[in-house]
Amino acid sequence: MSEFPNKARCVVIGAGIVGNCLVGHLSDMGWDDIVLLDKGPLPNPGGSTGHASNFIFPCDHSKEIVDLTLDSQRQYEAMGLQNTCGGIEVARSEERMEEFKRRMTSAACWGIPSRLLSPAEVKELVPFISEDVILGGFYTPSVSAVDSLETGTQMRKKAQEAGNLQVFANTEVLDIDTVPGLNKPKVAGVVTDKGRIACETVVVACGVWSPRIAEMAGATIPLTPAVHQMADVGPFDVLVETNEELAYPIVRDMDTFCYERQTAGSMEVGSYAHRPILHRVDEIPSNDEAALSPTEMPFTADDFDQQMEEAIELMEFLGDGEIKYAINGLLSLTPDANPVLGPTVEVENFWSAAAVWVKEGPGVGRLVAEWMTHGYPHLTDPHGADIARFYPQERNVHHIEARSAEHFNKTYGIVHPREQWASRRDITVGPVKSRTDALGAFYFEAGGWERPHWYETNQDLIAKYGIKDREHEWDRRWWSPISDAEHLHMRDNVGIVDLSAFQIFEVSGPGALAYIDHMVVNNCDVKVGGSIYTPVLNPSGGFRSDLTILRLALDRFRIITGAFDGGRDEYWFRHNLPGNETVQFENRTNAMCTLGVWGPKAASVLSSITESSLEQQDFSYGSYQSVLLGGVPTEMFRVSYVGDAGFEIYTGMQHGAALWDAIVEAGESFELRPVGAAVYGTSGRLEKGYRLMGAELENEYNPVEAGLARTKIKAADFIGKAAYVEAREEAPCARLCVLSVSDLTCEAGYERYPMGSGNEPILSLSGERIVDTKGRVSRVTTAGSAPSLDKFLILAYLPIEFCDVGTELKVLYQNEAYPVTVEASGSNLALFDTEGARMKA
Amino acid sequence: MEILVCVKRVPAPGSRINVTQDGLAVDTSNLGFTTSPHEECAVEEAVRIVEEHGGSVTVLTLGSALSEEQLRYAASVGANKFVLVETDGEHDSDAQQTAEAIRETVISLEASHGIFDLILFGNESADSSGYQVGIRVAVSLDRPMVNGIKNIDVGDTQITAHREVDNGYEVYSLKAPAVFGIKEGINLPRYPTMKGRLASKKAEISTISASASVASQQRVRLHRPEEETVETTILGNDATAAVKIADLLEELDLL
Repeated sequence: MSEFPNKARCVVIGAGIVGNCLVGHLSDMGWDDIVLLDKGPLPNPGGSTGHASNFIFPCDHSKEIVDLTLDSQRQYEAMGLQNTCGGIEVARSEERMEEFKRRMTSAACWGIPSRLLSPAEVKELVPFISEDVILGGFYTPSVSAVDSLETGTQMRKKAQEAGNLQVFANTEVLDIDTVPGLNKPKVAGVVTDKGRIACETVVVACGVWSPRIAEMAGATIPLTPAVHQMADVGPFDVLVETNEELAYPIVRDMDTFCYERQTAGSMEVGSYAHRPILHRVDEIPSNDEAALSPTEMPFTADDFDQQMEEAIELMEFLGDGEIKYAINGLLSLTPDANPVLGPTVEVENFWSAAAVWVKEGPGVGRLVAEWMTHGYPHLTDPHGADIARFYPQERNVHHIEARSAEHFNKTYGIVHPREQWASRRDITVGPVKSRTDALGAFYFEAGGWERPHWYETNQDLIAKYGIKDREHEWDRRWWSPISDAEHLHMRDNVGIVDLSAFQIFEVSGPGALAYIDHMVVNNCDVKVGGSIYTPVLNPSGGFRSDLTILRLALDRFRIITGAFDGGRDEYWFRHNLPGNETVQFENRTNAMCTLGVWGPKAASVLSSITESSLEQQDFSYGSYQSVLLGGVPTEMFRVSYVGDAGFEIYTGMQHGAALWDAIVEAGESFELRPVGAAVYGTSGRLEKGYRLMGAELENEYNPVEAGLARTKIKAADFIGKAAYVEAREEAPCARLCVLSVSDLTCEAGYERYPMGSGNEPILSLSGERIVDTKGRVSRVTTAGSAPSLDKFLILAYLPIEFCDVGTELKVLYQNEAYPVTVEASGSNLALFDTEGARMKA
Repeated sequence: MEILVCVKRVPAPGSRINVTQDGLAVDTSNLGFTTSPHEECAVEEAVRIVEEHGGSVTVLTLGSALSEEQLRYAASVGANKFVLVETDGEHDSDAQQTAEAIRETVISLEASHGIFDLILFGNESADSSGYQVGIRVAVSLDRPMVNGIKNIDVGDTQITAHREVDNGYEVYSLKAPAVFGIKEGINLPRYPTMKGRLASKKAEISTISASASVASQQRVRLHRPEEETVETTILGNDATAAVKIADLLEELDLL
C-alpha cells in the first residue's frame, strides 16, 4: 500500500457508487493526484450502495433524471455489469392505469421502448403473479439490474492503473480545513485519522453521512438518512429451478409502493409504503458497532407487516418463504427528492455528490466530473439537482425532515406536475400576505415563498368571461378557471400581482460594470435608469439563467431573477466575483418587495396616486425611476412579462403592505383586481411567447436557438462568449417555436389539456418522436391556455425543417396524440399584440 | 410432548459494544434485539420434537413488555403458547430472581396445564452468560438437568440427550420430566416465513407480573475491556503471494 499522502489535488470522500464512478471519470478527464477515502473497508464500506437492490427502471417523468439514468445504464452495460431482465409496474387502481398513460408519454419522449400490458399479458411474463388483483401493467424491457459494488471497484481501479488515484479505506475523516477567502472560505485540507492531506478540491460523496462531513467545512448538504425496508424471502422452487439470478422481470407493485425482485432462488421484497423513518447522522452506528453494516439497521418488523400481506396478495407463494434477511436500509432523502450535486454555496472548491440512487450513480459520476472539469456539465442540465437551488431556510433539519417525511411515501406515488407541498408552508411570506389572504388567494410555493396563484374572490369573473371548467380531474387538479378569467380581466382593465418572491441582488463598486458585463451576454453599459434583459451563459454557451438588470448608478446594478432561480444565480454571481474588493455583492431579496400592476388602466390607477408623470414620453419602456406612489417611496420599472402596459414596482419590505393598500384603493374606480401567478407566469407569458428559465431555457440550448440572440455582440468578454459567437455563425439545427393545439378533444370525446411538464413529446404526423441533429428531443416546455386568443398554446424546440409557420405536427399527452400547428418561431414568438403596442401604450 | 422453552431478549450488537454513560447497561440505542442464539436453537428443537411426536411448545420469557417481540418471533417459527412474566424493565433480574420467577410460573402453569415433559433453556444467555438459571430452576423443581446439549432423541419411555465434550459426547438417558440447557449447533433454526410472521401478530400472550423479590446481586458497573488490535499483513494481491503463503505455512509448521 502506498504511503499516506500529505497533499493531493483532489480528495473524494466516500467510496460508494458515486465516489468510485467520480474518480474514474475524473481520471479519464485528465485529473491526476486524486485521493479517494472511505472510513469503511473495500469493496463494501458499509454505505447505502452495499445494500442497494441495484435495479434500474429507466423511465421517469424528469428529463434530468432520465438523462442520468440512461447514461448510467450505458456505463454499466459497457462494463458488462448489467443484467437486462425487463420490469413491469403493475396497477391495482384506475388512477394508476391513468398514470401509466403518463408513463407511456414519458417513455415515448425519451425513446424508451415500453408498452401497456393486460393482466393476462403480465401473467405470461410473470407466471406466479395473481392477475386478479391487478388491472394492468407498464412493461419496460430495458429494466435492468446491475452490480454496483463491482462497477465501483472497476472505476476505482481504472483510475489507479492510470496512476491518477490513490485509495485509502478504513480512513476516517475528522475535519475539513478551510482558509478565509474574499467572498467565502476556501477548502485547504482534509484531516483524517491517518494524517492530513492538503488539497485544492474536496468532493463529498458520502451518502447518508454527507451532512456531517459538510458541517466540518462549515457547509450544508441538505439531506437526511431515511429507512427503506426490505426483506429477502425464500427459497422458492419456481425461482431456484430457473438457475438464474434474474429469470423474471422485476415487478413494482405501484399502488402498494412495493417491489419484488428475484435474487437467484429468493425474492427481495422492498417497500416505500411504511411510515417515514428518518434518522439523524449521529444515530448511524459505526462499522464496528453495527450488527450488519452501518446502513443496514435493525429491521422494525411491525412497519413491514402490511407490505407482507400485500406482497402475498400479489404473489401467493411468498407467504411460505423464509425471511432470511430483513433490514431497515438507510438511504438519503432531500427536501425535494432530487440529488444534491455541484459546488456547495458556502465553501469554495467544496463539492457535493450525494443523495444519488444506484440507477443514477455512474451518470452522476460523469456529470460531476464534467462540472469540475468544464465549469458546467454537458451530460444534462442539472438545475433540478444543483445543490445551490436550496435557499437558507430549506437547508435546516426541520425543513429537510418535514419535506422528506412528506415525499417518502410518494416514491412510487402519483405526483401531479403542479402538486404543492403540504408541510413547511408559510415559512417565507411577503409583506402583503394578510391582504392576499383576505382576498382568498390560493398559494403555490415559489422557491419557498408563498405566492398567490389565483384568487377565490375573482370567482365572479368566470361567468362574466364564460370560462369553461376542465372535464378531466387530472387536468383540473391544482388549476382553476379563475386564472383565465383573471387574465381576461387584466387585459380589459388592470390587475395587481404580488411578486414578493422575486430574487433581488445588487452589485456595486468601481468594478461593477466590468464584472456584470463579464457575467452576461448583453451590453450592460446602458444609461443610468436603463435596463438590460439578458441571457446568462455557461462556459459552453448554454443557458445558465436569464434575468433583468437595472442600472441604478454608474457603479451600481440591480439584478432581478425568478423565485426558482435565485439560489443558483446567487451562487454563480458570487462565485465569479473578482478576487479583489472592487465589487460588492448584496442579496436584497428580504429587504425588498415587488408588486406588478398591468393592464390598459394601469397607468391611470398609478397616476392617480403620484405627482410624477408616468406618460410614455417621460417614462419610456424599459426604464426605471424613483417615484413617490401613494406616499410610499418606490422605484418603478416600466416592463411587462404579461403583454400589457404597466410596471414592476419595488419598495422596502416594510412599505409593501402600505403600497398594496394605496394601489388597491386607487384601483377601485378602475376595476382593479388581484391577479395570480398563473397569469403572470403562464397565460400572459405564453401569449407573448416569453421564455422561462428551467423550461425553455437550459444548458442544452443557446440564445440563437431560443431566439434571444441580439443583432450585435458586445465588445467586452463574457462567460460563454466564444461558444455564443460560434453558435451565431452556424445555422441553428433547432429553434424555439410556439404551437397551438388545433383540437384538444380526446378519444373519450372531451377536451384534455397538456401540462407542459417537460415529458410530452412533439410527434411527426406519422407519430414518430422528433430528434434534432444534436440528439435533442422536441418536447413541450410550457403549455397553457391563451385566453385572449382563445387558443391552447405550447412552446417547444423543433428542428429547423419543422419551424415553418403552419407546419402540422402532433403532441402526445397521456398517451394520446393531439394535432398541433406551428404558429411562430424565431425571436418574436408573440401571438398576442405581436408588435408590442399595448405594452408601450 | 409438552415442552416449555425459556428465552431471553438480548441486544444484537456488532463487534463493538458500547456501554451507557452510567456504566450500568449496554447502550442499545442503535441496536436491534434478538433471542439468545442457544435459546433460538432450543425453540427450534422443541418445535421439531412436537412436529414429530405431537404436543405443544410453550415459550416463556421474563422481561419488560418489549420482550413480547421475542415471543412473537417464537410464534412465527412454530411455537404454540406464550407466557410473558413481566418485569418493570428498569433493572435486570439476577439469576436467582429469574430462576425463582420461572419456578413460580412453571408451578402455576403446570397446575392448570399438566407437567411439562421437557423444560429447555439456552446453555447460557448471550448477554450476561451466567450459566445458572436453568440449573437453579431444575434443582428447585427437583428435576434432572443436563447442560450443553447438542442432540435430543425422544423415545417411548426415555429421552436420550448428547452433551458435547472434548473428542466426543456424553450420552444421558432420562425420564420426563427433565430440564436441558441447549447449545447452539444442535440444529439450524428456521427463519420465520412471511405467513408465520403475520400469524404471530395474532398469537395470544398470557402476561403474568413477576413477583417483586429483592435481588441478592447488584450490578455496580460494566467495563469494556481494551480492544485487542489485530495487525493484518497483506501478503500480496496476485500470484506472487503464493510463495509467501507457502513460506508462512512452513513457518507455522503446517506444511
